[in-house]
Amino acid sequence: MITMGKTLYDKVWEAHTVRTLSNGQTQLLIGTHLIHEVTSPQAFGMLRDLNLGVRYPDRTFATVDHIVPTDQFEEPFADPLADEMIRELKKNVEKFGIKYFDLKSGKQGIVHVVGPEQGITQPGTTIVCGDSHTATHGAFGAIAFGIGTTQVRDVLATQTLAMAKTKVRRINVEGELGPGVYAKDVILHIIKLLGAKGGIGYTYEYGGSVFDKFSMEERMTVCNMSIEGGARCGYVNPDGKTVAYLKGRPYVPAEGDAFDEAAARWLSFASDADAEYDDVVDIRAEDIEPSVTWGTSPDHGVFINETIPDPADLDSEDERKVITDALTYMKLDAGAPIKGTKVDVAFLGSCTNGRLSDFREVAKYLAGHKVADGVKAIAVPGSQVVATICENEGIAEVFRQAGFEWRGAGCSMCLAMNPDKLIGDQLCASSSNRNFKGRQGSPIGRTVLMSPVMVAAAAVAGEVADAREVFAVGSTSAAV
Amino acid sequence: MALAPIPSVIGTGLSIPGADIDTDEIIPARFLKCVTFDGLGEAAFYDSRYEEDGSPKDHPMNDERFAGASILVAGINFGCGSSREHAPQALYRFGLRTVIAESYAEIFFSNSTNLGMPCVTASGENLKTLRAAVNANPDLVITLDLETLEARFGEQVIPVAIPESARGALVQGRYDQLAELLEDEDGVHATAATLPYFAKA
Ligand code: SF4
Repeated sequence: MITMGKTLYDKVWEAHTVRTLSNGQTQLLIGTHLIHEVTSPQAFGMLRDLNLGVRYPDRTFATVDHIVPTDQFEEPFADPLADEMIRELKKNVEKFGIKYFDLKSGKQGIVHVVGPEQGITQPGTTIVCGDSHTATHGAFGAIAFGIGTTQVRDVLATQTLAMAKTKVRRINVEGELGPGVYAKDVILHIIKLLGAKGGIGYTYEYGGSVFDKFSMEERMTVCNMSIEGGARCGYVNPDGKTVAYLKGRPYVPAEGDAFDEAAARWLSFASDADAEYDDVVDIRAEDIEPSVTWGTSPDHGVFINETIPDPADLDSEDERKVITDALTYMKLDAGAPIKGTKVDVAFLGSCTNGRLSDFREVAKYLAGHKVADGVKAIAVPGSQVVATICENEGIAEVFRQAGFEWRGAGCSMCLAMNPDKLIGDQLCASSSNRNFKGRQGSPIGRTVLMSPVMVAAAAVAGEVADAREVFAVGSTSAAV
Repeated sequence: MALAPIPSVIGTGLSIPGADIDTDEIIPARFLKCVTFDGLGEAAFYDSRYEEDGSPKDHPMNDERFAGASILVAGINFGCGSSREHAPQALYRFGLRTVIAESYAEIFFSNSTNLGMPCVTASGENLKTLRAAVNANPDLVITLDLETLEARFGEQVIPVAIPESARGALVQGRYDQLAELLEDEDGVHATAATLPYFAKA
């Protein structure tokens, strides 16, 4: 009998299946549960109402990121609502004995930066969090996805979820990325090609020579934005780089036999060479250029030297309306070049591009440059660990010298639940993941997504610019 | 957890057209600063409904004629973006009890199902018909029937769809799955015991 190979998705799913539920869904065991201050308090409230406890407190890990101010580190915080939410989290983790990376730990940060950094994120595991960018952890070959608050309750109470399996789409990116083309450009390109809803019903498996060469942090940048392409989950198969990254991190087995055994097990989850996929997409690396968005959906992307689409070129009335609405909101002209669009704010950070390699890569080019007059530029490290290393390596100083505000760790202006917000219709060059209307704190604020080096170029030029011209960018990727 | 079965939703409609309406639009992030979901109804679609100075904009949710609607007619990829359950909670607390759209983002769909707000799909053509009927007659009573999988209004009937696992759970009042997930505790521990990364509990 010939048996078909399996994907990583199949293998991890099987290893975590408890049973089939009455509605046909799977009761799936959740290995790692990450929680933060915004989506967990209501779930703990539901547990209290039902008089339930937490079944595996040592498989849940907490931090604060979404509403934490990045320029104030002492509690109580100026915003009483933010302060209440953080106190609520503290109360809950203490009550149930959950590990909490708080502001004093030196390890606090965006939940999707902290997990990998601490070695909590491991291959062959299931990982959930009440946050849609949980797919980031898929970079390690984990099945990782965002859940709602009622599901946070379910995981706390039972360590399981009711889930149905998705289809798997393999996305191959083969070839060599040109100079100044980054992981962010790869995912913006994928989303533009397949659409913001192209991934509904799918898990994305990213592979090909570009992903083989990518560092773990670059893989995270791509997996992070799977949800912007409609896929709840995205992953890269574990390999030698995955193992090397995890070695020596606090939550992985100690080096020696225990680690080697774990590593062998991790690698065994990688998709088989003869695995069958529901769909396969092939992309040539050479076709990808530095990318930016012009509209209000992550699939509204263009290459830096292209023009903003013109609704008049479209046949479908619905599409014309979508594009016209987006351009009206963005106050941009149909058919105009995107390059040269005036920028008011530059934001470097978030779970997409707030990691060490992002700041290192930008620092290589930013030294000796100044942020343009009238541009507010802020750099927000993804975690306290990143912040500390950047201080020690002199990276933070490069940013300060250039005129960036160097902040504490958190989500900051990615969703502006803390005091970092756009004002009025300011336009922000942002390394984050969402350009939705109002996303960065002002109901009429405008977001243009791009890679970190492109954000720095925009800050320096005072307008959306081609980093390859502003900095004479020559290398393809950050070494991690 | 015995919940009331939801075999159907009967009420008047409200139409919010447009593709890719994201959860940031349904409930802007600043309203997530809360430790319970109470009070989210008034913040639903806030930035689409109000100017920065708080004066109301021209929006169907501010339109008196649609007050009391329980059926939301939406577009494609409704509820994309953030996983915030605050989004369906806000719609529910605003008074809506079901959504009929062309397609949904998955997390929004599962969050809505879990709280007993069915999200069904209909074809683009049929949605146009329904939308036109709602806008022409805000008092039109619509019956969303989860047993026959159709929406009836006036003389018209359009087919709707919803995955069977969600439909079954809603009509049987089993959409809150916690009770069933709590049942097989031994099974959960047994599965965990096969996974080395699980701390032995
Ligand atoms: S950085 Fe942005 S996208 Fe990431 S977890 Fe924070 S708010 Fe969400």
